[in-house]
Amino acid sequence: MTAISEAVQPPRSEIGVLGWVRKNLFSTWYNALLTLASLGFIYVVLRGLLTWALTTARWEVVTTNLTLFLIGPFPRQQVWRVWVCVLMVVLLGGLSMVAWGAPGRRHKWIRRWVTVGWLLSFPLTIMLLHGFASSSLLPLVGTSYWGGLLLTFLLAIVGIVASFPLGVLLALGRRSSLPVVRWFSILYIELIRGVPLVTVLFTAAVMLPLFLPEGMRVDKVLRAMVGFTLFTAAYIAENVRGGLAAVPLGQYEAARALGLSGWQVMGLIVLPQALRAVIPPVVGQFITLFKDTSLVVIIGLLDLLNIAKSVVAQPQFMGLKREVYLFVAVIYFVFSYAMSYASQRLEKALGVGER
Amino acid sequence: MSNERLESGDDIIICRDVHKWFGDFHVLRGVNLAVKRGEVVVICGPSGSGKSTFIRTINRLEEHQKGTIIVDGIELTQDMRNVAAIRSEIGMVFQSFNLFPHLKVIDNVTLAPIWVRKWPKEKAEKVAMELLERVGIPEQAHKYPGQLSGGQQQRVAIARALAMQPKIMLFDEPTSALDPEMIKEVLDVMRELAHSGMTMIVITHEMGFAKEVAHRILFFDEGNIVEGNTPEEFFRNPREERTRLFLSQILTH
Ligand SMILES: Nc1ncnc2c1ncn2[C@@H]1O[C@H](COP(=O)(O)OP(=O)(O)O)[C@@H](O)[C@H]1O
Ligand SMILES: [Mg+2]
Repeated sequence: MTAISEAVQPPRSEIGVLGWVRKNLFSTWYNALLTLASLGFIYVVLRGLLTWALTTARWEVVTTNLTLFLIGPFPRQQVWRVWVCVLMVVLLGGLSMVAWGAPGRRHKWIRRWVTVGWLLSFPLTIMLLHGFASSSLLPLVGTSYWGGLLLTFLLAIVGIVASFPLGVLLALGRRSSLPVVRWFSILYIELIRGVPLVTVLFTAAVMLPLFLPEGMRVDKVLRAMVGFTLFTAAYIAENVRGGLAAVPLGQYEAARALGLSGWQVMGLIVLPQALRAVIPPVVGQFITLFKDTSLVVIIGLLDLLNIAKSVVAQPQFMGLKREVYLFVAVIYFVFSYAMSYASQRLEKALGVGER
Repeated sequence: MSNERLESGDDIIICRDVHKWFGDFHVLRGVNLAVKRGEVVVICGPSGSGKSTFIRTINRLEEHQKGTIIVDGIELTQDMRNVAAIRSEIGMVFQSFNLFPHLKVIDNVTLAPIWVRKWPKEKAEKVAMELLERVGIPEQAHKYPGQLSGGQQQRVAIARALAMQPKIMLFDEPTSALDPEMIKEVLDVMRELAHSGMTMIVITHEMGFAKEVAHRILFFDEGNIVEGNTPEEFFRNPREERTRLFLSQILTH
C-alpha cells in the first residue's frame, strides 16, 4: 500500500514554492538567465521609484487637494449630494451581488427591483447633482461646477450606457434588409471611425451650437457626453457586428422553424450569443472611453486630468508634476483594471453554456 | 401499421409542381408529393440532389418560386401569418442539432411554447419535462447543450420540436452527424414517435430504419422524386436504374 501511495506522489521537486520557482523560472539555462535579468531590471526600476516615493516625494500635494481631485469645483457645502449618489450606487451594487450572486427563483423579484433601481439611478443622480434653480434644499449646481473624478465618471458612465444600445442598433442596422437603414448605418459607422475623437468632441462642443436654432443652448457637459456616445457607438457597432457574424446560420433556422418571429429570433437567440462573444472587445472599448474622457481638456471641462494640470500650477506646489501625475495615473489604472477584471468575471459567469 | 388511419385521413401535406432556383441553378424541378396524416415518408437520394431544400420549402426555411404547397389546409404564400401558422404546426430536426448553446436544455425546450404559444412558464416546464422523459434524458434538463453527447443533443432537439405539439415532424439527416453508437438511441426515439401516429418526413440513409418504420420511401435525384414505393417493393423491386445504382452503393457500404 505504502509503496503505491508513494508512487502516485508527484516528484518532490514539483511541489511547494521552491518546486514552482524551479519549474517556471529556472527550467532551462536561458529561462534562468531571463529570470535573473528581469529581476535585475525590476530591482533597478523599483528601487528608484520606491526611494523617491517614500522619501523625496511630497505627497501633501495630493492629500491637500484630494477633494479637488475627486469633485473639482463642486460647491463644498453641497458635497453631501455626491455622497448620496455614491451611497446609492454602492447600495445597488451590493443588492445586485445578492440578486445575481446565487441562482434561485426567490431572487427574481429582487432582480426586477434592482434593475428598476439602476434605471432610475441615472436621472436621480443627474437631478441630485444638478439641483433646481428655485430650490433651497437642492440649489442649482451648474455643470461648469462639475469636475474631477466625478466628472470623469459621469462622462464615462453616460457614454457607456448610451453608446451600448446605440452601437447594437447600428450593428443591426448594418445588416438590415432595408437599404436606407443599412446605408445610413454604414455611412455613420465609417464616417465616425474615419475621424479622431478630438474632432468629434470639438464638433460637438464648437460646431453643434451653430446648427441649433437661435436661443437654444445645450449644456457643455451634455455636448461632451453626446460626443463620446456618438463616437463610441460606432466602434461598439463594429464589435457587435463581429459577434453577429459568429452566430451560425443554423441558429436562425432552428429558431424560425420553431415559429419565433424575427424580433424574437434576434432578441432571444442571436443577440444573447453575439453579445456574449464580444464582451472582451466591448469592455475594451469602454475602458478606452474611460481614459479618453481626459480629452475634454480641449473643450475646457475640468475632468480629473485637467484638475491635475491646475494643481500642478498652484504656487505652493510648483514642480510637483511627478506626484500629481503618478497619482492620476494610478486612479485611471485602478478603475480600468477593475473594468477589465469585471469583464473577465462576467465572461466566466456567462460562458457556462459554451462548454 | 394502422392502415385505416392512412386511408381515412386526408392529405396533410400537398406539394404540386414545386420549383426552386438558387440563382440560375434549378434545384427543385416540379416536385409532386402528397403526405397523409400519420404517414411516415422516408426520402433518400444522392447528396446535392435537393432533398434538404425540398423539405425546407415545407416550413418556408426556403421559399419556392413556382407551384403550390398546402400544409393542413393552409397554403404557403407571401402572407407571413400563414408562414407563422404553418411553422408552429411543423417541427424540424436538423443534422447539426442546432440547439441554442446559451440556454439550458429545459429552456431550449420551453422557449417556443412560452414565446410563441404564450404558455405560462410552469405549464411549459411541465410539458418539457414530460418530453425529456419521453426521449430518455430527464436528468440532463439543467445542463447546457454543450455538456451533452451528440445523441443526447439530438434527442433534446426532438423534444424541443415536439414541445410545440406539431402535427408534422421533418427530419433532415438526423443521425448523419452522430457517432455510430449514438445513432440507435436517436432512431429509437424516432421509431416511438412514428408508432405514436406522428406525420413524419425523414431524410435518412438508415435503410434499416426505413424498412421498419416508413410507409413509403421516395428516391430523390436531380431535384425531383424519381420513384416512391412501400419499403418492401422499393428494396425488392426498384423500377429505375438510378435507384438501383444508389441502393447498391449505400447498402453495400
Ligand atoms: N442557399 C443556397 N444557395 C445556393 N445553392 C444552394 C443553397 N443551398 C443548397 N444549394 C445547392 O443546392 C443543391 C441541393 O442542396 P441540398 O438540398 O442541400 O441537397 P441534399 O440535401 O440532397 O444533399 C446543392 O447543389 C447545393 O449546393
Ligand atoms: Mg441535405
